[in-house]
Amino acid sequence: MTDPILSVRDLSIAYRTGRKESVTAVSGIDLDLYEGQSLALVGESGCGKTTLGLGLLRLLPGLGEITSGSLTYRLKDGSTADLLKMKPEQLRRFRWAEAAMVFQGAMNAFNPVIKIIDHFADTLRDHSDGKKQWTKAAVEARAGELLETVRLDPDRVLQSYPHELSGGMKQRALIALAIALDPQVLVLDEPTTALDLLTQRSIVQQLHELRKKFGFTMVFITHDLGLAAELADRVATMYAGRIIETGSARDIFYEPKHPYTAGLINAVMPVKGERPQLESIPGYPPSLKAMPSGCAFHPRCAFATDACKRERIDLDLLTERPLGMSHTAACLHHDQVRFQRKGTGTSTERPASIVESETADV
Amino acid sequence: MTAVEAPAPRRKFRESTLGQIWTGLTRSPAGFAGTVLVLAIVGFSFIGPLVVDQHNPTDTSQIWTAPSGEHWLGTQYEGKDTFTILVNSGAEPIWVGGMAATMAVIVAVVLGSIAGYFRGRIDALLLQLTDVTVTIPQFLLMIAVVAFFEDIPPWGVAIVVGSTMWAFLFRSIRAQVMSLKEREFVEAAKLQHLGTARIVFREILPNMAGFIFVNFVIAVNQAIYAIVGLYILGLMPSGTPNWGLMIHLSWQNNFFLLPVAMPFVLAPLLMIVLFTIGLVTMGRGLDQALNPRLRER
Amino acid sequence: MSETPLLKLSGLEQVFDTRKGPVAAVGGVDLEIKAGKVLCLVGESGCGKTTTARAAAGITRPTSGAVEFRGKPLTAMNAAERTEYRRSVQYIHQDPYAALNPTRTVYSTLTAGLKRHGLVKGRTEARAKAAELLRLVDLTPPESYLDSYPHQLSGGQRQRVNVARSLAMDPKLLICDESTSMLDVSIRVSLLNTLGRLRDELDVGFLFITHDLAVAKYFAWDGEIAVMYLGKVVEHGPTPEVIGNPQHPYTKALIGAVCEPDPDLAKANRSAEQLRSAEIPSLHDLPAGCAFHPRCPAFEPGVCDGERPLLQLASRRNVACHVVARDRAPAAADDRTLTFDAVPGLRRPEPESAI
Repeated sequence: MTDPILSVRDLSIAYRTGRKESVTAVSGIDLDLYEGQSLALVGESGCGKTTLGLGLLRLLPGLGEITSGSLTYRLKDGSTADLLKMKPEQLRRFRWAEAAMVFQGAMNAFNPVIKIIDHFADTLRDHSDGKKQWTKAAVEARAGELLETVRLDPDRVLQSYPHELSGGMKQRALIALAIALDPQVLVLDEPTTALDLLTQRSIVQQLHELRKKFGFTMVFITHDLGLAAELADRVATMYAGRIIETGSARDIFYEPKHPYTAGLINAVMPVKGERPQLESIPGYPPSLKAMPSGCAFHPRCAFATDACKRERIDLDLLTERPLGMSHTAACLHHDQVRFQRKGTGTSTERPASIVESETADV
Repeated sequence: MTAVEAPAPRRKFRESTLGQIWTGLTRSPAGFAGTVLVLAIVGFSFIGPLVVDQHNPTDTSQIWTAPSGEHWLGTQYEGKDTFTILVNSGAEPIWVGGMAATMAVIVAVVLGSIAGYFRGRIDALLLQLTDVTVTIPQFLLMIAVVAFFEDIPPWGVAIVVGSTMWAFLFRSIRAQVMSLKEREFVEAAKLQHLGTARIVFREILPNMAGFIFVNFVIAVNQAIYAIVGLYILGLMPSGTPNWGLMIHLSWQNNFFLLPVAMPFVLAPLLMIVLFTIGLVTMGRGLDQALNPRLRER
Repeated sequence: MSETPLLKLSGLEQVFDTRKGPVAAVGGVDLEIKAGKVLCLVGESGCGKTTTARAAAGITRPTSGAVEFRGKPLTAMNAAERTEYRRSVQYIHQDPYAALNPTRTVYSTLTAGLKRHGLVKGRTEARAKAAELLRLVDLTPPESYLDSYPHQLSGGQRQRVNVARSLAMDPKLLICDESTSMLDVSIRVSLLNTLGRLRDELDVGFLFITHDLAVAKYFAWDGEIAVMYLGKVVEHGPTPEVIGNPQHPYTKALIGAVCEPDPDLAKANRSAEQLRSAEIPSLHDLPAGCAFHPRCPAFEPGVCDGERPLLQLASRRNVACHVVARDRAPAAADDRTLTFDAVPGLRRPEPESAI
């Protein structure tokens, strides 16, 4: 189908910070997600990626609020629904059955005094449409099936308390719980952070397998660009609450056109090949309360000119492709950004630097 | 590095502990109201006596007159001005309460820090001591001590009241120090060889300032209750006028059955209630101001 | 040039008493760090790298084995030597938020030690020295940071203040315990660049603890890497050797597990060998023989589950692996044939079993 499964228009999210004050954490997000795609939202801490991820399911914490925009989902029955107009009861049914979230920090997502099987029972019963009776045996059968798809041994895991499982097992169980009602969209917030390297790898493999098997549409939020390269078809870079570049994974990793994306990739240390001399992006991300004018990145950008400071820069279409795979970047000087880091062999020299432009106004 | 995004604001006062207390108290309306109430009563009781005419003779022709322009709260059973008596009644309970609370807090903080930081034998010993202190019924102990030393001066009362209050606070301070000392910044200070005294009193204690301050406020409140209670029971020498003594007289002579005596009966009660409400709301405001978890916005 | 190492750990063991009985978090580690050099300890959580670092910093006393500073065991030091060691070996914590006292300004944090040890006299001198320290860690202009409180700084800035504080003691060795792991990528690179500069300019040695092989490779390129698994070093050698041509199956697995920021490479990686089990065995119940054998793709029954493998020389580094030792024995030449992807017998991963 060519309709997007999720369509976001001009979404803005703000957090209340006082009785009359609030800060905008995310603004002007336009996004179309098509069936079976996997999109990575990448950026550094505080860029609004988690806020956006929570906002996609209207799971924002008490002080957060969607201030404008629309969130349209295509439901399983083919109809479309605006998430922002849903009533609490509809919303509750929508989450998990249509779209589910795997929260950050597998360690804390389970209630420590409830057994794994009861987490499954709660979820299944809570979201049942009334047609099916979730008896104990039915829950056990379904939960066992789900755990097996994530390569956990149901006999051992179902009757355990969360603290009896290792971090990797908990993360797998959490993923199994998220897919319990066969959602179309899965949002994963930092799915491998705080896990050991080898466990991370096994979770990554797991997600590949699940995607192949169930064909979910996935959004995952990560600060780890390596993970994005591993799992994503599409990448959206966020900075200071906005999407500043989107494109296919290859666009973003081989030809980033926003200086921030280029800088971010350039700061990732590779483990294979020679040791490159890496450069960091100077300065620090801006505070949400004191956002620079124009392009929020201009104080840290080597290409910044006066025009960058004047007004907000919108995403500019660079390469048009169907199904949301177009490469867009919100930078006036995207044609000057040249990034080289091709060649993965151990012998090739890997010059990794952004070519400075002559017109750079430092 | 072009790290100029976060120039340190020159807001030294606002960032210091005292500054935080002040901002916290003035920012929340309840905390502010409580502080104003407490300051008003303290001012009334300490500055009032200097302003109000202290000449308040016995006048048998003026017994139990109703409130008027001349006698704002009327007169009492000896024909003395009730308002003048009330003005003079606050200083002693507040002073003794404050002193008792100060002593209890200082003892609890010093011993609690030592016990919590060093643990071991001294900790076990102090814990035993608090176990004993906590099991003794406090008010009975106070009554016994006060009755034994008949003519006890106010500071003596403060010591007695304070000595019954430190044990509870000691335990919470000890627990806090035990958790704070595991924090990495304390380990970092140790690795710098900063010396134990400095680590305990300058690295750990400032992190508990809010907690200590709130407990001080609560302790003042408790101490005032205790001392007023001793006066009400008539166990204290009836020298200077004070809230407790006024209530004691009303109680002993059944003044509360006399409609004209209402200002005399109710005035000290109202003062105590208002002062308590003021302290509690101020304490709550302080807690919000100084608790880092609540402060983080 | 065989000068005495700055810090030497020999036979270091650390046993903790737990409810389930004694647990050897570190079971015999020998390491050396020289002035101006970097030694990276790499491994997953629970492998004993932090315990080793804490013993090296003198925070904990090892159950057995010795920590020697400039050739002198800590246990044999007099008070003056111990103070000297304390000041010369500084420890930088993982969490930049927890390691700074929230009630002290940057100035106060930086100068507490200086004042205590009489290294500065008067406020002017203290401020000048604190400013100099901030400049060393690239927090410029220092004046805009001196009077800040930790909560006004970002994570990267705080970690720089932590480094500056340890530099105040004029250290010879910095022990960094995952000091960059909580920072964002771009901030991490710039902090590592700063630390690298300190190493070169001030001739400071580093014991650098990390779980991130890419960080280890970047920071310790001219130094050494020691890979730890369940309390023991399993591979130890010059960084380019260990990273570029790993010998121990565990090191290979770690390197293979890194997600590279390169989609094509990631695709190529997908078919890579998987471990036999994703779960780390418990320290309470270590497997017999090589502790890695229940997970090792190169596991051979009868070879690996008998005795503990010893660290022995293999292609310019030490490796503790029976298979590597056996394969090397006939042809002592420098063979590079056993790479991770070439290990025969592609096994499907089994469902995760009990710990």
